[in-house]
Amino acid sequence: MLNFLIRRLGMLVGTMLAVSLLTFLLLEVNGDAVVVKVIGPYSTQEQREIWLEANGYNEPAAMRYVTWLWDVMRGDFGESIRYRAQVADVLWPRLANTAILAAVVFAIMIPLSITAGVIAGMNEGGVTDRIISTVSILTTSVPEFASAVFLAFLFVLTLGWFPATSTMSEGFEPMQLVMPAMVLVLFGFGYVARMMRASMSEVMHSNYIRTAMLRGLPFRRVITHHALRNALIAPFTVIILQINWLLSGVIVVEFFFAYRGFGALLLEASLTQDIRLLQACAMVSVVVAVSTQTIADIGYGFLNPRVRFT
Amino acid sequence: MTEVSAPPTQGAARRPVLPKVLTSPVAVIGGAVVVFWCAVALFAPLIAPYDPVEQFTSFVRPGASGPDGLWHMLGTDHLGRDILSRIIFGARRVLFFAVTATFSAYAVGVTMGLAAGYLRGWVDDVVSTIANIVLSFPVLVLYVVIISVFGASGGNIILAVTFASAPGIMRIVRGIVLDLRNRDYVASAETRGETAPYIMFVEILPNATSLLIVDACLRLGYVTITIGVLGFLGLGLPPPQPDWGGMVNEARSMATFAPYMTLSPCAAISSLVLGLNLLADGLRETELKD
Repeated sequence: MLNFLIRRLGMLVGTMLAVSLLTFLLLEVNGDAVVVKVIGPYSTQEQREIWLEANGYNEPAAMRYVTWLWDVMRGDFGESIRYRAQVADVLWPRLANTAILAAVVFAIMIPLSITAGVIAGMNEGGVTDRIISTVSILTTSVPEFASAVFLAFLFVLTLGWFPATSTMSEGFEPMQLVMPAMVLVLFGFGYVARMMRASMSEVMHSNYIRTAMLRGLPFRRVITHHALRNALIAPFTVIILQINWLLSGVIVVEFFFAYRGFGALLLEASLTQDIRLLQACAMVSVVVAVSTQTIADIGYGFLNPRVRFT
Repeated sequence: MTEVSAPPTQGAARRPVLPKVLTSPVAVIGGAVVVFWCAVALFAPLIAPYDPVEQFTSFVRPGASGPDGLWHMLGTDHLGRDILSRIIFGARRVLFFAVTATFSAYAVGVTMGLAAGYLRGWVDDVVSTIANIVLSFPVLVLYVVIISVFGASGGNIILAVTFASAPGIMRIVRGIVLDLRNRDYVASAETRGETAPYIMFVEILPNATSLLIVDACLRLGYVTITIGVLGFLGLGLPPPQPDWGGMVNEARSMATFAPYMTLSPCAAISSLVLGLNLLADGLRETELKD
């Protein structure tokens, strides 16, 4: 078990380093591109060279990567051009806002999709199964921005139930969370439900379920004590990896509803070419993504002992 | 069912693919939607009532005529351009880039997967490590970063899609190849002394295609969504030529008093992706029947 943990954590560190190198290569290695974004396109060649020299860009690339990585690891991302403030001061409150949204989405989506998947997998081929499968294929086919448009038309413009934007400009308002959360739940629901359905139907066809049925155990007991335990193992990874997917989803939804979260900040950094902010956002999302993948791996190893020793 | 519909004169082993697909209603509905949009894209200049960038009266409601007496089925946008014509020409642009980008991702991903699965050893290690690193990125974050570095253009979207999707395709192909490489026909080709590229592309690849077609349909759907999302975020294909995501982005701020401007492009992209997903679902089912 300890070996397994050490190996996984080693992979975590390795992937983080590789991913940070890729981010560095994409965004930071070309000093001439960085300087134009930091001091502006109308700067003279002389000003640019002075800036490059002063900020250590004339060092070899490998040296710069190490220095850059060290700064990033300490949480020092430099100064945002647009906000004229330390990137860290802008970033963390935004990340907290996204965490609130993500928590709400998970709290609704996971129980909903697991229940739907279990019911569909139990009655394979039945009417409920067909309805749930149709709904899930429908909701995964509609891109987030399109479902945001449809839902906003229905609930905001026609029915007037919820506010159109989620700026939270006058303090935190739970009502403003409804629309963004609904869009994200809708898009993620189908995928998790389908995984859960596949896993449940596989378990229902297994020999030990047939044995339990033949022993005359009540159907409810067979489901809750025998089937569910094993059916939940495979979708566990899928559920944890939804955090990774959510990091993509929030970009669209936060932009659409003007929610002041991390995704909107990343997009803003990209559109305004705020390179330090973009680097920080990219690194933070990569750290979140890679750590959740490791958690999923380790958790799966705990749940399914067969994996641990291979 | 399938046995009855197969013509008796034909050899049992080699039935054509098409009739088998037609037994699945899901695949037929999905396929019809996809064919519809392909036809729209192909014949756009013949179908579209107006030029997609020509400006008429602004904010003509759907089904109404402007003061110039010209009728607009889906209305006109804030610059007075006919929305139906923009959707029709948008189909052309969206499908062209979605298909090209998916094809390019497949070319790279299949080559990587064949090499990793057939050659094994250090090639497999290198290719799989690269794939793991790229797949660690949240996908949209990767797109946003690539587009902000290289700029928003059709070519760069193809590049970004290839970069982000090829690793996933590689994993699938690698898995299939690991299974197929132990088949007798591979061993016989090796004994004949065929080269590795010949075995990978001529012996193994044709036997993997039926599995890859399902994945290609799903992936074409994802790529369509990606192109739509990038357009919606303002990082997509450059204006003024229409694309569906870009149309939503432009009309977003006016959604409160002119919702028809955003609703129709959203319906267009959703129906195309739904068609592709249904087609993939139906194909997979008929594939499993064998």
